[in-house]
Amino acid sequence: MSKKILLSHGGGGEETQNLIKELFFKHFDNEILLRMEDAASLVMESTKIAFTTDSFVVSPLFFKGGNIGKLAIAGTVNDLSMMGAKPKYLTCSFMIEEGFEYAKLEEIVISMRDEMAKSGVKIVAGDTKVVPRGGVDGLFINTAGIGEIQYEGISAHNLAEGDVIIVSNEVGNHGACILATREEIELESDLQTDCASLWKPVEALINAGVKIHALRDATRGGLSAVLNEWAETSKVCIEVDEAKIPVAQEVKGVCELLGFEPYEFANEGTMVICLPQSEAQKALDVLQRFPETTKCALIGKVTTAFTCKVVLHTPWGSERFLEPPKGELLPRIC
Amino acid sequence: MSEVDLIEGFRDPEHMKALAALIKKECKSKINIMEVCGGHTHTIMKFGLSQILPEFIEFVHGPGCPVCIMPKERIDHAIALASMPNTILATLGDMIRVPGSKTSLQKLRAEGKDIRSLYSPLDVIKIAQENPDKNVVFFAIGFETTTPMSAVLMQHTIENKLTNVFFHINHVTVPEAVEAIMGDGNALIDAFLGPSHVSVITGYKIYEPIAEKYHTPIVVAGFEPTDVMESVLRIVRQVNEGKSVVDNEYARAVSREGNLKAQALVNTYFEKRTHFRWRGIGDIPNSALKLRAEYAAFDAEIVFDDVLPKTELNDHKLCICGDILKGRAKPFDCKVFGKACTPTNPMGSCMVSSEGACSAYFKYGKLNLKGARA
Amino acid sequence: MCLSIPSKVIEIDENNYATVDTMGVKRKVTLDLIAEKVNIGDYVLIHVGFAMNKISKEHAEDSIAAYNEIAEAMQNGEISEEEGNNNYV
Repeated sequence: MSKKILLSHGGGGEETQNLIKELFFKHFDNEILLRMEDAASLVMESTKIAFTTDSFVVSPLFFKGGNIGKLAIAGTVNDLSMMGAKPKYLTCSFMIEEGFEYAKLEEIVISMRDEMAKSGVKIVAGDTKVVPRGGVDGLFINTAGIGEIQYEGISAHNLAEGDVIIVSNEVGNHGACILATREEIELESDLQTDCASLWKPVEALINAGVKIHALRDATRGGLSAVLNEWAETSKVCIEVDEAKIPVAQEVKGVCELLGFEPYEFANEGTMVICLPQSEAQKALDVLQRFPETTKCALIGKVTTAFTCKVVLHTPWGSERFLEPPKGELLPRIC
Repeated sequence: MSEVDLIEGFRDPEHMKALAALIKKECKSKINIMEVCGGHTHTIMKFGLSQILPEFIEFVHGPGCPVCIMPKERIDHAIALASMPNTILATLGDMIRVPGSKTSLQKLRAEGKDIRSLYSPLDVIKIAQENPDKNVVFFAIGFETTTPMSAVLMQHTIENKLTNVFFHINHVTVPEAVEAIMGDGNALIDAFLGPSHVSVITGYKIYEPIAEKYHTPIVVAGFEPTDVMESVLRIVRQVNEGKSVVDNEYARAVSREGNLKAQALVNTYFEKRTHFRWRGIGDIPNSALKLRAEYAAFDAEIVFDDVLPKTELNDHKLCICGDILKGRAKPFDCKVFGKACTPTNPMGSCMVSSEGACSAYFKYGKLNLKGARA
Repeated sequence: MCLSIPSKVIEIDENNYATVDTMGVKRKVTLDLIAEKVNIGDYVLIHVGFAMNKISKEHAEDSIAAYNEIAEAMQNGEISEEEGNNNYV
């Protein structure tokens, strides 16, 4: 295989077949994919299906703790998991810029294989396009995902007075990590993305019989976006204790240096859960068993103090509204 | 002590509570305190200090946001310069977002113009060296904190013998702005929180004439919430004792003389303009800087004079930023606040940058404030 | 705009650039504006890629000690939260 991806690799001819066999089939090995039909033929165990799609255009392609491939798998797996659906099958389309290094592409594909193993999901259909230089910035990936719903009724409409809010991990790691990696800013830190598949912890919550009202992964717009969307959709007030929101020291450092708030930064492996107060301890006990969610914390509750608002109670005895994030905070974060 | 202690050590909730209690105990009358600097506005809003302090301490938000006070016609200068062929326009921070009369730098960038938002002015050197066939115009903004950095950039430009770097200087100064606010006798201000980082550069000596002339206590305050609380306490005590002197709460970073090396660098390359229009306030004499005559070859306002629009542009008549800046009104008093005028669609100077009073109120302050609307 | 943050100097290179650390995040800043000697371990205030001055640890410690005293006085009931003159002109 040549060291760089050429236009011929996307032409549909022999070079394309070689690329597919030697790279994609090698690492995404499963019998459905290897049948090489025009479409994957699937049998689902349930008629209640969750179906999602996502595109990944993150820049830079490689960052501490992950790359665009890992992000693509975890991101799609998480979209399904947030519906209480067991992730089963993915499609994956690659749009590759002419001249892209083969070795980098292989590294990305291997990351995807490793990430899929964590939830058991499989890529069963794919597509490869190569575009001339400048057509895409290195590599773009599009996915679609299907899952079988195992817990019904999760919805942003379900928040009820008295419910509590749990966050599964430190907030803002992914956004801060990407920002710190951007060349223009020239920051150096050990900060890693929180990119992770969340199906295993979600499955454990379902199996433990935890009642879940709402569930969402806090991607673009971060914790602030999720809480504001929930408050708006359910027409409630969410009151959060700022001191209880877990934030890594280095994320605080990035925020101090650049004037941001960690609640606006994207996450790629952190979820927000709304559930009845009586279920909270059970949920925290379950989440603490998994490395991806061991830093979980109960951060707030649902009230009727205001409508469609999120209130932050500060450690200094004051309160303020946590407004939804606005504007071009950080482009191409996922 | 680590740098974490230098930040979080000045945010201790127990300290805040104790300072608030002490202020409540000692404060005997209403005091209107103007915080000049946008960074202080930010601290007050983010930490909700108005909620912790007794009601008779009231903050008046001053003109200390260099982006906010930029008149529209000068934003149009930036747009005109960026629109020139073979030109890269570089600036710091929020300037990109601010709308001029027709468009903003951000929108212009989306249309394909080369506009760079820098984290440091020195990045201009690398840009200029990498683009020898292009004009690189640095749109310089900021109070006295940021002026020395532009001076160092000038120095590096000359040392590197660069002929494709030009400066559009919009640096402004604090004392003259305060003078303009207090000068007509209509401002309702009893004391000042002196800016933290302007003072690092200038020293606190620059406030002494103001304290003397207007009999207002001026306490130079650090940026952290306990700094601000302690400074309020010092103001309360001065008022109680009938004093009006300059006091330095931020002793760990500020001295009376300031950073002399930085001041000398500024004096080497810049001099005062006789006039400069501040958005929301109007003309303030001797309140802004320009390049000295011997550096005219680098001065974008001279070199590119023919593309620069000259008409002065005023804000919408519903905009009451001028009154807000003088402490005569609050953002909530404005008819268009939060409606036609928002951070994404600012109509006046106070909404323009994240440090402007209206912008800070919009983001942090809609809860629990006098006259607040949810 | 005047966003400036205390950072610890951990390295200085031959071009007068210091690597500084703020809560685990490192950045390079120029020391061109500082006249006095800067040493590894010093704390500086940084702003748009420059160190503006050195921070005095002694003054910082004095301030925090003063706050601790006030907090203690409050805990000992020497400052009551209910006290205070709520009338204002």
